[in-house]
Amino acid sequence: MHGFRVGESVHRYRGGVSVVELRGAVALLGRFPALSGIDLSVDAGETVLIQGPNGAGKTTLLQLCAGLLRPAGGAAVVLGHDLNVERRAVRRRVGLLGHATGLYGDLTVAENIAFWARAAGLTGSEARSRAATAAGLMGLDDRLLSRSVNVLSAGQRRRTSIAALAVRRPELWLLDEPHAGLDQAGRDAVDSLIRDAAAAGATVLVSSHELERVRSLSPRIVTVAAGMVVGDTSAGEHGAAGSDTTGGGSDA
Amino acid sequence: MREMFSDARLVAAKDLRIEARSRVLVNQVAPFALLVLVLFGFALDADQRTLRTFAPGLFWVTVLLAALLAVARSASVEHSDDAHSGLRLSGMSPSSVFLGKAAAVFVQLMVLEVLLTLGIVVLYGSEIDDPVLMSLTAVAAAVAVATTGTLYAALASGLGARETLLPILLLPVLAPVLIGATRAFDDALGAAAVDGWAWLGLLAVFGLVATVLGALAHGAMIED
Repeated sequence: MHGFRVGESVHRYRGGVSVVELRGAVALLGRFPALSGIDLSVDAGETVLIQGPNGAGKTTLLQLCAGLLRPAGGAAVVLGHDLNVERRAVRRRVGLLGHATGLYGDLTVAENIAFWARAAGLTGSEARSRAATAAGLMGLDDRLLSRSVNVLSAGQRRRTSIAALAVRRPELWLLDEPHAGLDQAGRDAVDSLIRDAAAAGATVLVSSHELERVRSLSPRIVTVAAGMVVGDTSAGEHGAAGSDTTGGGSDA
Repeated sequence: MREMFSDARLVAAKDLRIEARSRVLVNQVAPFALLVLVLFGFALDADQRTLRTFAPGLFWVTVLLAALLAVARSASVEHSDDAHSGLRLSGMSPSSVFLGKAAAVFVQLMVLEVLLTLGIVVLYGSEIDDPVLMSLTAVAAAVAVATTGTLYAALASGLGARETLLPILLLPVLAPVLIGATRAFDDALGAAAVDGWAWLGLLAVFGLVATVLGALAHGAMIED
C-alpha cells in the first residue's frame, strides 16, 4: 500500500506515490450505484488490467478516474487531486478512450487529430510532429488522413480515435476496450502504444475482455464485479483467483 | 485571457469547418427560413402593404425559428459521437468552448439574416430607411440569440431529450430579443414610428449580459 497526499506534484509520483487512490468510492449513473464502494490504488508507471463481466462497473471506474463523474461517496484522489473538488485539474492530464470515438464525422482524419492536438494546448511544429507520430503509430497513411471520418470503417475510426488520444501524451491513460473493432495490425499497434506509454513513465489502466492479449501487457489484473474490486492479483496468480471472482458479477 | 480567446477561435473554426462540409445551413436551415417567409406571405394574402407593415416581426420570428435549428445542430455535433467528453477532458476552459460555439452560431445567423433581408425586400417589398440601425440591430440580436441559444442548448443536453426541450426553454427567454429587434427594425424599415436606437440599446445590453453569463455558467451546464 502506498501513501498519498492531495496536491503532491507529479515528480513525487515517480517515486512510488499513488496516481489513483480510491477508498470506498461510490459513483452513480442517475440513481444507480455503478460503483458501490470501490478500493483501488495504482502507482505511477504501472499498467493495470481491469477485467470483469458486462455491467460490472469497469467503464464507470475509468470515467471516474478521468474526472468525468463526481464521486458520490468515499475518497477519490487522482494525480494528487481530490475528485470532489478538482476534477478539471485531473482532466487535462488524463486521456480516456471510451466506447464512442469522440470524432467529428464531417472533418478529415488529419483535421480531427490536429484539432485534438491543439485543444490539448499544442501549437505549431510540435502539434504537427506529434500528430504525424500518432498517425504513423496507428497505421493511418496519407490516403486515410485526407478522408472524412464519415466514410471510414469502424476499425479505421477506432484507430483515428486512439491516434487523437495518443497525440496528447497523457500522464494517465484510461483505455476502455482499446482492441475492440480492430484488426490484428491495429491490435498490435495498440499493444505497442501501451508499452511505449508505460516505458515513458505513464500510468495505464486498460479495461478489456481479451485476457490472453492483455496479460502480456499487464503484470497486475484487477477484477471488478457489481461495482466493487473483488480481485487484485498479478498475472501469474490470476489463473485461480480470476475464475473465482468474475463469475459472481452482476450484469446490472 | 489570451488562451481563452485562442481556444474559442479553435472551437469556432472547427464548427464553421464542419458547417462548410456538411452544408446544413445552406441546404436545410436557409431554405427552411425562406420557406417560412413565403408561407407568411401566403397567410397574409400577399397584400404587400400588410406584408411591409409586419415584415420586421415576420423577419425576426423566422430568424428565431431558424436559429433553433442552428443551435440544435451546433449541440448535436458534440453529442453525436461523444466529442463532448473529449472537450471536457481537453483542458480548454468551458468559457472558451462556449464563446467558440456561440461565435460559430453567430456567423451562421449573420449569413441567414442577410439572406432574409433580401427575402423581405424581394418578397414583401420592404425598403431600408436606415441601413446603419438595421445592420447594428442584426449584429446585436444575432449575438443575443447565439449566446443564449448556446447556453440553453448546453442546459437542455444535460436534462435529456434536448431536441424537444430546447425550443420550450429557449423561445420564452428570447422574447425580449424578438420584441427589441422587431421595434428597431420597425424604425429601420420605416414600418412604424418608434425610436429604434433605444431598442437597439436594449438588445446590446441583453447580448452583453447573455455573453458574460453564458461564459460564466457554461461550465456548470456541461457538468454531469
